[in-house]
Amino acid sequence: MPLLDIRNLSVDFATASGQFRAVDGVDVSVDTGEILAIVGESGSGKSVSMLAMMGLLPWTATVTADVMSFNGQDLRGLSPRQRRDIVGKDMAMIFQEPMSSLNPCFTAGFQIKEALRLHLGLDKKERHDRAVELFEMVGIPAPEDRLKAFPHQLSGGMNQRVMIAMAIACNPKLLIADEPTTALDVTIQAQILDLLTGLQKDTGMALILITHDMGVVAETAERVQVQYAGQKVEEQPVADLFETPHHPYTAALLAALPERATSRHLPTIPGVVPGQFDRPKGCLFSPRCKYADDRCREQPPAPAGTELGVARCHYPLSAKAEAEA
Amino acid sequence: MSTPVVTAENLTRHYDVKGGFFSKGGTVRAVSETSFTLEPGKTLAVVGESGCGKSTLARLITMIEEPTSGTFSIGGKPVTPETWADHRTDVQIVFQDPYGSLNPRQRIGSILEEPLKINRPDLSAADREAKAREMLKLVGLRPEHFDRYPHMFSGGQRQRIAVARALMLEPKVLVLDEPVSALDLSIQSQILNLLVDLQDRLGLAYLFISHDLSVVKHMADDIIVMYLGRPVEIGPKAEIFAHPKHPYTKALLSATPMADPKAKKTRIKLEGELPSPLNVPAGCAFAPRCWKVKDKCRAERPALDAARHRAACFYPEG
Repeated sequence: MPLLDIRNLSVDFATASGQFRAVDGVDVSVDTGEILAIVGESGSGKSVSMLAMMGLLPWTATVTADVMSFNGQDLRGLSPRQRRDIVGKDMAMIFQEPMSSLNPCFTAGFQIKEALRLHLGLDKKERHDRAVELFEMVGIPAPEDRLKAFPHQLSGGMNQRVMIAMAIACNPKLLIADEPTTALDVTIQAQILDLLTGLQKDTGMALILITHDMGVVAETAERVQVQYAGQKVEEQPVADLFETPHHPYTAALLAALPERATSRHLPTIPGVVPGQFDRPKGCLFSPRCKYADDRCREQPPAPAGTELGVARCHYPLSAKAEAEA
Repeated sequence: MSTPVVTAENLTRHYDVKGGFFSKGGTVRAVSETSFTLEPGKTLAVVGESGCGKSTLARLITMIEEPTSGTFSIGGKPVTPETWADHRTDVQIVFQDPYGSLNPRQRIGSILEEPLKINRPDLSAADREAKAREMLKLVGLRPEHFDRYPHMFSGGQRQRIAVARALMLEPKVLVLDEPVSALDLSIQSQILNLLVDLQDRLGLAYLFISHDLSVVKHMADDIIVMYLGRPVEIGPKAEIFAHPKHPYTKALLSATPMADPKAKKTRIKLEGELPSPLNVPAGCAFAPRCWKVKDKCRAERPALDAARHRAACFYPEG
């Protein structure tokens, strides 16, 4: 049984202009010691599905799922108090904007020790020692001094390290990193990614990496799931996904990477991601798909078998068809 | 080699920072002694991390700010604050954030006509509209978009509008300040293709500012790598990517994630972070993070060498 098992998760938001389905029937499963990447453009529901799982969405959201279990425990219908015992301890999250996710009114040390006090019940001395140890683990120089620093006194990379230290403070079984490096420079990004994968190896926790950067996926993930407009459209091991994408969206996305360009012109995906009011009837990608026919426009496709990367497509691409084309 | 449209020599921009109650004043060395030439129909890319002076350089070239010292000329004529007004139509800029750079209360038509209203006062209203409609077509938008407001467009379409607005005065140089970094991958390629087409058709020179090396690799002809306000390496794209000379360039290239899970990873891990431009190290600015630093690097600042592919390092790679 996987550590985290979510089946058929849907999230609806009540907006002024009606119901909006941000996540539509997504499955996520992750095992201990595994790195899963969730890739998608903005609006693909990758962050919302994880926030729903952690119970961090506002009251306007309606979350439904057939299965939502973590570590053998059903997450549906947990009381807020029970949920708080899990969130931050056994599952933790790192957010995209380190500068705005830390509280500017408290020192980095206070914020990390707060988690240690609430979840582990350590005394003052133990908390301090553990905080110093954690700062050393994430590569913050002069940890004793940095504990006393306020977030504005630290750089973006340092703040992200503080966030990571806070997230791993209670040895979580699952760490969710939501675009952990998007706000950072490339050389700092490399440091943070190495840190995350190193920690994952050392502690054996599961890591879910939410990103839109195909380069980051290729270098860190083991398994990748691609989301489009709130649906999971494909899932494969990383090497297979980059070699033989089965869903036309994945294939088009990979072809649009500038580094795969063969001519001055890049292959493009026409149109834009559907929004609240122009959701197609059939396959969500059909208005932009070059292979789409009437069947695609009328019937929503069911996920294919695992040999075809559970691609949500009527006509999944296979290596053979690619060769013929 | 054709005549360059922009020639910059030793462009420098320093900001004086006033001391506050708790802090001393100082000088932020945003850009120091940067020289380059930009030819028509070519793309010069400026790459570097945040705080390296890329955007300040863009502001100098677009005449938003006055250089502290150094000169640059456009089309052979020197540019000074007195002659800014004459040159402004030659250089236009496209900003990073298409959500922030369009006035939400203006219709697309009037956004596009505004540069003409100001700079071509003798043009009749009908001519202005005709020109704006023509430009709309050129950047791949439909005629019915003319009377719409910016909020009715997606990020990619807005960036097309921003490009159209920049082209209204038929500039020779387009400064692109991170034009695609706010866009999704599938939209990014549409805008990059548009830029390539426009360059081919209009012979524009691009000053392309980006931190994304895979985009730069696709777009650029020449590259300037900046570090802490100074160019550390200048050269043709192919040579910089194949044989980076400066250790920083090498580290930057190796740190950029490649979208190929089978690629061999020999990542150079840089220690530490960019120093503050308020407090630039005395010798080579990269010395505190460099893995092959020697005493000479800390004491003395290396100048760019003289070759076609130039690097500012005492102990260049390769």
